[in-house]
Amino acid sequence: MGLIAISETPLHVLAVDDSNLDRKLIERLLKTFSYHVTAVDSGSKALEFLGLKDVEKMEKISPFSPNPEVEVNMVITDYCMPGMTGFELLKKIKESKSLKDIPVVIMSSDNIPARINRCLEEGAEEFFLKPVRLSDVGKLKPYLSKNERKTTEEEECVSSDNSRATYNDDHNDDDDDEVEASTDEDEQIQMLRKTIEEQCVLNDNSRAMHNDDHKDDDDEVEAWSDEDEQSQRFSKDQSC
Amino acid sequence: MEQNHTKRQIKVTRNSLFEQGYLDEQFTQLEDLQDDANPNFVEEIVTSFFSDSTRLIRNVETALENYPLDFCKLDDYMHQFMGSSSSIGAKKVRNECTQFQEYCKARNDDGCIRAFQRVKQEHATLKRKLEAYFQVSL
Repeated sequence: MGLIAISETPLHVLAVDDSNLDRKLIERLLKTFSYHVTAVDSGSKALEFLGLKDVEKMEKISPFSPNPEVEVNMVITDYCMPGMTGFELLKKIKESKSLKDIPVVIMSSDNIPARINRCLEEGAEEFFLKPVRLSDVGKLKPYLSKNERKTTEEEECVSSDNSRATYNDDHNDDDDDEVEASTDEDEQIQMLRKTIEEQCVLNDNSRAMHNDDHKDDDDEVEAWSDEDEQSQRFSKDQSC
Repeated sequence: MEQNHTKRQIKVTRNSLFEQGYLDEQFTQLEDLQDDANPNFVEEIVTSFFSDSTRLIRNVETALENYPLDFCKLDDYMHQFMGSSSSIGAKKVRNECTQFQEYCKARNDDGCIRAFQRVKQEHATLKRKLEAYFQVSL
């Protein structure tokens, strides 16, 4: 009997959220779709898991090699976390040569269009408003199927190296990936923005009270930034 | 006959939690995630919520004892509290958290203290009601 040539390993999602409750919830949601889930409580632990250690030093030394034992097909992260925010985690992943192809999804309990746009522009595939629902997780399939395991691990490493090489060739001279992205990517981003806007509208309708409280969040962010004490917290809308 | 009576009782208890605004649609989402493989999912999530929120309440109480009030910290705690409340569909608790955040933004000491009392009140009421609900439904 030979070894099994085709391995149908479940897709692996790394979930990042400092809230124990939300971690349990996202894990359950993801497992409904038969994804294998690793849940961590911080951005730094996420990077560690992905094989990115000593990120500050990273930039000064030659390319590290990611943890070969671990393959992550998607990262889904909360935005508001102490220490490293989900946005900062997204940036670090997208700046990493070896990790930038991993699709990243952001979750947030705050409906702030400026925040949503910034995340999408930084390369997030989706932005989910919390509480995340099954229907949201259902939208992740297309992003995961690109990386789906269909071959043996060895073949998979080679083919993913090849596809990354192709991707890197295509985007080698980009200063801003989004500006020079392919037409397909542009379309995807436009569709995504539309979906997010629609989602915001739907959420407005279905969670009237919540959104009434938050519809002036942009104003509130500006108001806060006028205060010295709050300017640190809110001015860049990166801390929560 | 007794079994039907209990089932009816469960349904009535559950519906009243929604009708009286203690719970919203998110709670139904949690129920939908419960199945044979995860038979106690809702109770586990709710238990997590009360464990997390009890800790947050203690943190807020401590923060409210230190003057001048650190509104940033308080807002942060409430943001977490509100997030957790949303995640389980705890509508009234979430609304009181939002009120508290409004007072934080207005830097209103008394408002914060009063709002926090209401948060604690709604939190305690919900805990009581959900405990009773789980007792009859499990």
